[in-house]
Amino acid sequence: MDALLQQLFNGLVSGSFYALLALGLSVIFGMLGVVNFAHGAFYMLGAFGALVLLDSFGLNWWLALLLVPIGLGLAGMVVERLFVHRLVALDPLYNFLLTFGIALILQDLIRLKYGVASQPYDRPDVLGGSVNLGLFSYPKYQVFVLIFSIVISVLVWLVLNRTRVGMIVRASTERAELTKSFGIDVRRWITPVFGFGIALAGLAGVLAAPMRAVNSGMGGDLIIVIFAVVVIGGLGSVFGSVAAGYIVGMLSAVGNLYVPALSQSLVFILMALVLLLRPAGLFGREEGVLA
Amino acid sequence: MSRCVTILASSPPTWESPLLNVADITARYGEAQVLQGVSLEVAKGQVVTLVGRNGAGKTTLLRSVMGLHRSMTGRVELDGTNISRMAPHKRCRLGLGYVPDDRGVYASLSVEENLTLPPKVGPDAWPLEKVYEAFPVLAERRRQAGTHLSGGEQQMLSIARVLRMGARMLLADEPTEGLSPLLVRQIGEIIRTVKAHGVTVLLIEQNVHFASTVADRHYLMAQGRVVESLDNSEVEQREHELLEYLGI
Ligand SMILES: Nc1ncnc2c1ncn2[C@@H]1O[C@H](COP(=O)(O)OP(=O)(O)OP(=O)(O)O)[C@@H](O)[C@H]1O
Ligand SMILES: [Mg+2]
Repeated sequence: MDALLQQLFNGLVSGSFYALLALGLSVIFGMLGVVNFAHGAFYMLGAFGALVLLDSFGLNWWLALLLVPIGLGLAGMVVERLFVHRLVALDPLYNFLLTFGIALILQDLIRLKYGVASQPYDRPDVLGGSVNLGLFSYPKYQVFVLIFSIVISVLVWLVLNRTRVGMIVRASTERAELTKSFGIDVRRWITPVFGFGIALAGLAGVLAAPMRAVNSGMGGDLIIVIFAVVVIGGLGSVFGSVAAGYIVGMLSAVGNLYVPALSQSLVFILMALVLLLRPAGLFGREEGVLA
Repeated sequence: MSRCVTILASSPPTWESPLLNVADITARYGEAQVLQGVSLEVAKGQVVTLVGRNGAGKTTLLRSVMGLHRSMTGRVELDGTNISRMAPHKRCRLGLGYVPDDRGVYASLSVEENLTLPPKVGPDAWPLEKVYEAFPVLAERRRQAGTHLSGGEQQMLSIARVLRMGARMLLADEPTEGLSPLLVRQIGEIIRTVKAHGVTVLLIEQNVHFASTVADRHYLMAQGRVVESLDNSEVEQREHELLEYLGI
């Protein structure tokens, strides 16, 4: 029993990363209609950003948690302005070529400097040690990651559902052309939304640095699962992406306990089932964001 | 070819400067040219309808005026300003209120959000309370998703939205389509009220009888052209002929 609970908790912590990454991917897809295959690379850059800030500038993890998402968000906006916005008029194949190409370039640039070995990054002191959760004790840092990711997800949900900016993003996501005819300059919002999605990936990367292997391949391994998460949650559904993130995290963790051989494929089996039974995803459009 | 395709030389009344002036508009979908040089005017404060068979190009014309049709050529003026090259959101901010043929109600926005999405663009923007007074059903369901409304209610929402923003010119694409006679009458009321407030309306309408009860003038469109301009008495006299022509 304890083992199961502990494994569920592990799943929630992995799910935190899935949720943050799927959230950004989903918002970007909704607003731009672009599937960002470079999302994992920006997650990886987030972790290396924390590393560089510490090694070269002596800035601690807490500062990295603030600065890296801002920096990557701005970089994302530049990438959108320079390249991604050209995709709108093109065949979806170019979407894949461009964003996957960006991912490979970023990955190889990091490999050039750091090789393929994982880089060590220490947990921040205050978050060292473990907390007693009653039935078992658990690393304090992991508990923090879980709470932090939930807080961020809730904040994003609130911004999308309770503010005027969020309303504009929802409207533009649903029907961009029509939204223009209601006096909204949709184009103006596209770049910041892309930057915001990238910032979330960077944030996840910073969170990962002290507990995951920091290497150039860390994003590529994750991104496939994230795509499955977004599909399970429902393309473009923010709530769905987050919920599916935690669900998939727990599913793989529990699977790992009972059917270790299958644990890697469980998420894809779930995706296939969802696509068969509810093609719009668990929380796709029919229910609406309001539900 | 049908029989009433004689192009009348008589131009619409021009004693007042038109609020909307459309000159020689063409538009195509891919290779197919669907507007062949449309010209029309709507004077300030007038209600003008656009009638014509399915596929005549009415919707395409309205989309072109709104700036939603990229292949458009020709000239569109609003109150003397050339808006032909302007982005749709700027046209909206100049006071064009679009009621699209599919109602344009957002599923991911609540009824109230659907109403408040467009910014206020004119001094006569209706406050929400006034909207809810005129459309009590929208008040009752303000928190529900827009698409949870019935077809008729969505149509009300679509019209209420452009009143809320304070548009000075409405471009309404078949707002009565598929509505019960009761709701059609209600929409007629709304159009008359709006007109009394000085709002100008260009209305696509298949129901010529209804059209003659709300409008000052009518343009008949066929195959991408305006083929006639009629006043109410002409519409009444020729109602049967027009109905037959429209295939209703
Ligand atoms: N998206 C499109 N792609 C290709 N052709 C189109 C498209 N939309 C409309 N058309 C064609 O353009 C012509 C004009 O269409 P439009 O919708 O403007 O007509 P309409 O007068 O509004 O008709 P209705 O009364 O059915 O609404 C039609 O022949 C139609 O088939
Ligand atoms: Mg039409």
